[in-house]
Parts: sequence; structure tokens; C-alpha cells
Amino acid sequence: MNAPLDKSLRKPKARALDLKQGRIDMSHGAGGRAMAQLIEELFVGQFDNAILNREHDAAMFELPPGRVVMSTDTFVVSPLFFPGGNIGSLAVHGTVNDLAMGGGVPKYLTAGFILEEGFPLSDLAEIVKSMAKAAREAGVAIVTGDTKVVERGKGDGIFINTAGVGVVPDGIEVCGDRARPGDIVLVSGTLGDHGVAVMSKRENLSFSTEILSDSQSLNDLVADMLASVPGMRVLRDPTRGGLAATLNEIAHQSGVGVELAEAAIPIRGEVKSACELLGLDPLYVANEGKLIAICPPENAERLLAVMQAHPKGREAAIVGHVLDDARCFVRMKTQLGGTRMVDWLAGEQLPRIC
Amino acid sequence: MKYIEEFRNAELAQGLSRAIAAAVDPQRIYRFMEFCGGHTHAIARYGVEDLLPTNVRMIHGPGCPVCVLPVGRVDEAVALATQHDVILCTYADLMRVPGTNYESLIKARSKGADVRMVYSTLDALKIAADNPEREVVFFAIGFETTTPPTASAIKQAQARGLKNFSVYCNHVLTPAAMRAILGAYTDEGAPNVILDGFVGPAHVSAVIGMRPYEEFTRDYKKPVVIAGFEPLDVMQAVLQLIRQSNEGRADVENEYARAVTLEGNLKAQALTAEVFDLRDSFEWRGLGAVPLSALQIRPEFAAFDAEKRFRVEVPNPKENKACACGEILRGEKTPTECKIFGTVCTPDNPMGACMVSSEGACAAHWTYGRFREAPPLEKSA
Repeated sequence: MNAPLDKSLRKPKARALDLKQGRIDMSHGAGGRAMAQLIEELFVGQFDNAILNREHDAAMFELPPGRVVMSTDTFVVSPLFFPGGNIGSLAVHGTVNDLAMGGGVPKYLTAGFILEEGFPLSDLAEIVKSMAKAAREAGVAIVTGDTKVVERGKGDGIFINTAGVGVVPDGIEVCGDRARPGDIVLVSGTLGDHGVAVMSKRENLSFSTEILSDSQSLNDLVADMLASVPGMRVLRDPTRGGLAATLNEIAHQSGVGVELAEAAIPIRGEVKSACELLGLDPLYVANEGKLIAICPPENAERLLAVMQAHPKGREAAIVGHVLDDARCFVRMKTQLGGTRMVDWLAGEQLPRIC
Repeated sequence: MKYIEEFRNAELAQGLSRAIAAAVDPQRIYRFMEFCGGHTHAIARYGVEDLLPTNVRMIHGPGCPVCVLPVGRVDEAVALATQHDVILCTYADLMRVPGTNYESLIKARSKGADVRMVYSTLDALKIAADNPEREVVFFAIGFETTTPPTASAIKQAQARGLKNFSVYCNHVLTPAAMRAILGAYTDEGAPNVILDGFVGPAHVSAVIGMRPYEEFTRDYKKPVVIAGFEPLDVMQAVLQLIRQSNEGRADVENEYARAVTLEGNLKAQALTAEVFDLRDSFEWRGLGAVPLSALQIRPEFAAFDAEKRFRVEVPNPKENKACACGEILRGEKTPTECKIFGTVCTPDNPMGACMVSSEGACAAHWTYGRFREAPPLEKSA
């Protein structure tokens, strides 16, 4: 192996990025020295790992044996900083969770940035630091990336895309089409926290609440769950459209119905109040750190215990069961004692929530 | 959520359900109209229907402001947004209401019109203050509940000298609509809708009080029980209506005493009267032209009246012929009796206004209740 090059000899010393007062300008996306400096001082500096540090256009790595799982997600959340997270941490958690919901062990991520001219470097630095921290905590490496800059007024500060790969261990087969009549539906904790936290900071709404976004990576929780119940059928994170949209998707993919018990669904009092005020139904509000699990009935109690023993699943609950229903309806026994549908979301309830 | 959860309590609901079952005369059918979309929504969302005997029928009324807005007014709003380059501020539901040829504000926006969703009149005032070079029009709709905030916005705009702010006023009146329903007869002289009483409005009554309903008990012999929007409120009101029907009484009763008084909110009434006066007639979707049923901005505030400030011409408005919103709003048809319900017309692709608003009878039934029509479920394995 060659001795590492002393990079300081290769490039003339430029003034360091001004991370306090500086702003993104068109040169940061032009492919010249300014872009190289941004990448080196901020992205490589923060994401710091052997694969990225080689600075190839493409990352090269080996994967452990097993099926490869791959996912991509783009983040346009508004506002960029919200209680409990920001667009950067969200971009890592979102893709890590998508990989984990396939039963995969997430390994590597990519990060693409669309920056708007004038965007403060201090904000960018904070976002990138959050991404690095989220990646470290989830045990994944951000191994390649891309930066583009658009003129002022053509973007909204920053948009981020992340893609990721992971590996599904042998014997694990979780998929949205595997729910069977009689199966049990669980959730890993309280619903609606992310959506309400983001809404509380919207310019035209701003109400004060103690609610933090639940944005977090769930791969460690999933690992414990799969170790205990390898026969798990479905895992899904109820992001946009919340529990309602996700269960409708699963019902259609599996060709089954679902019946929920309203009284069993964990929702914080503050979230209920905020939803009441805004005319929202918490079942449709986005989550970024919760999962839905569907498993055979004989595994349900064990799975619940494993989830509740994990810090990210302490408030896990059994919320319903799967039915034979060719119409694939999701229904709910209401707290009052009646029954109603929990339908697909019509139109947009909360735009730009992730 | 204290003071709300109590009104959704399962044990109390079971108790009321038993009391209602014990009170009904099994030999007769009871037909009660819940006037408000808020009640329609509560009945569907909490599954109240499952807790009522089958001979108690709830008929959905026209109290959904989005639903009763006629196609012509939607067309005019679209024209305001597209022809006059104004910033049109609107409540979210209105964006998707189809006008002639399925045009809507949301479609107008996708073609470049500046249509903005607001949560209150204050948002619209702020937009006007932030954009002094643009004309800002607030698309005002609603019954007596939303009228005082519109009046307040006009007064604030006047006080702050916001010359670029105006209101496209579509405020309508509850008693006039109830009168129109009770006064409609078939050619044979029978009432169009057979009703045994009304579940009276919640928030509207908090503003107008109880007295405006006396004409219905006196002139039409229909009991009115004013009820809150929570499911137990509705059930309690149904029980009171059954008792009145059984006893042959027709009184105005107030189940929603925690918010409604005999006189209502006098301050709100005074504010409304200061800014608005009655229109001679106003077109309602479903009810047609109803005399003295809507408000217009008084001449003193003409500077803030979008109808005076902008000349808008729209070709003859056309409703979708297959859409039964009219009959449904009059209580003459149920949503499933509409030919296009759930086939062509769904909340994702609404043909009529009743499918747009979550308070609309069609949207409520589609979203929460349509499993009832389908064949019975097979047992789970």
C-alpha cells in the first residue's frame, strides 16, 4: 500500500469556510475550488469514513453475505429545524428506517444536497453535523454524495436526498404482502409526534407545545425484534399519512382487512389536543421514529415484551388484528363503542412534513 | 384532553344507547335531521349509528358551508384568482370544490393563480399587510359562526388602513335554510322531507342563541334540541328528541348548555350587524334561491367588498347533472342513492361539494361508513 499523500501539498491553502457568516453562492456548486473546499471541509470532515475519504466519484465497498436491500428518500421538510430534529437527522433516519423495515441491516448511505443560493453556511453546518451524528448512532456510513446549487428563489434553502443499502440476513422475510388473517398488529409507541412537532413551528400556525419529533433510527429495535421473532410478517414505518395510510397500503398489498381498537392506540394527550385544535386526525399524522409490526398471533405477546424492553419501544402496544376481507378495508372499533372505516387519506393533510 | 374525552366516554355512550332503546316506540320510525355537518361528521367518525336502534334514522342536513356554496360562486372565485391577479385566501376545504367543468381553486393554483390556504382571517390580513403592492381577497364562507371573525377582519383592515384587502362574502344563515327545508312541498302538497325534529346547531347557536329556533317549534311543530359536536351530545339530543316526539311536544331544548345561552353572543351579533346586512336572496347548492338567507357587506364598508371592487364575469355555471348533492343537502336522498357515489365521485376525485368537505354527508359516509353497505365480512381465520 502506498504511503498516504500529504494533501496539503496538493492544493494551495485557501481561507477556511466561514461557517458563521458565510452563505452558499453559485460557485459552491460549480465544480471548482469553492465546491471542493465545501466538500472537504464540511462534508468529508463531518461524515469522516475510510470509503468517503478516498474521494472517488463512486464509493466502493464489500457487503456481508445475504440479500441486498436498497432504498432512497428525498426530504423537503418545512421548517428545516423543528423540535427534536432537523432535515439532516431526518434524512438519515428516514432511509435507515426504510432499510430496516425490509428486515435489512443498514450499512451505507449516500447524500445528495440541493442548496439554494444564499443559504447560511452555519445552518448547513448544523444540518451536516446532525446527519453525521445520526449516521454514527445508527451504525451506518455516508460513503458518497453530491452537491448542487440553484439560484435564489429556485429552491427553499436545502433539499436532501439519501439512498442506502443494507443486507437482509438469511431466514428473514418481512414484506407488506405477508399479513394473514388472524395476525396481530402492533405499534412501537405514540403516534403523531413528528407531524405535530413540525406543525407547531409552521409560520402561520405556531402554537406552543412540548412535543418533540420522534425522528430516530429504528434498526436497533428491529434487530431485537427479528432476533426474537424471526417469523415476523410485516414491518413498516408509518411516515406520511400516518398509521391510517400505512395500514391501508399493507391491507391492499396482502389482500386482507385490518381491525383496530381505538382505545389501544397510544397517542399523547398533547398530540390529541393539537390535532383537535387543527382539525386533524392523529391516525393520519406522520411519524419518523415509530414502526408497525404484524406477526402471527402466537408470537404477539413475546414480540410486545421485546419491544417494550427496548428504549425505543417502551410504549409499544397491540392495536389490532388482521381479518379476511376481500375489500381490504381498515376498520376501527371506536372508543365510543361503534365501528368506522379508517380510510386512505384524501388530498393532502400536512404538506412537506418530511 | 379534559372536557373533550368526557364527551366520548364509552360507558356513558352505552348507558345512553340503552336509554334510547328503552325510549323508542318500536311501532314507529323516527326521522331526525342533524342540521350541521359537524354533527354528521361526529356521527360517522365515532360510529354513533351503531349505538342507535334501527328505527331511529339520522337525516343529514345542509349545514356544511362548503357543500351549500353554489357552483357559480366557485366559478367567480376562480375568476377572481385568475383574471384579476389577486392573492386569493381561502380555507383549505374550498380549494377542492369543483365549479363548472370541474374547475377548482386548486387547479387554478396549479396553473399559476396565487391561491393561498389560510387558517383564519388574521392570516389573510397578515398577507395583505406583507404584500402592499398586491390585492388580497379573503374568500369568506360559513354560517353564523364564521361571520363575526370576517366582520372583525374588515374592521381591523379599516382601522389599519389596509387598502389592498377585501372580502368575497358568502356568509349564510341557518334559520333561513331550515325554513327552506320545512317549507318545500311536492306537487301533491306533501312535505319533501318527512322530519320529526332537528338536532340543532352547536357553534351557530353559541352565536345566535336559542330564540331563532322558536319559529320551527311554533309554526312547524318540530322539536329542536341544540347539541354540541361530541358524540355523547348527539346521543343525548336524540334521546330528548325521542321523548318530545313520544309526548307530542315541540320545544326548543338546549343540550349544549355549556356553550349556548338563550340570547347567544350579543357582542358577536352586534359586530355582525354593524358590518353586514341581509341580501334579498342568495343561491344555495341544493336549496336554490332562498330569500333573506345570506349576508352582504354594508355600503359603509364597500371599500372592503370584493364584489364591488372587482368586476367578475363568468359564463352560466353548470353543475354536474349526475350529482345528487342537491337532493342530499335537502335530506331527500342518502349519499348511496346518488348514482355516482363511490364510483365516479370519491374524496380523491370529488364531483360534488358533499364529497369534498369532511363535514359533507357523502365524504363522511364514504370515509367512515361505507363498510356498512358492502357484503358482510367473513369470519377471521
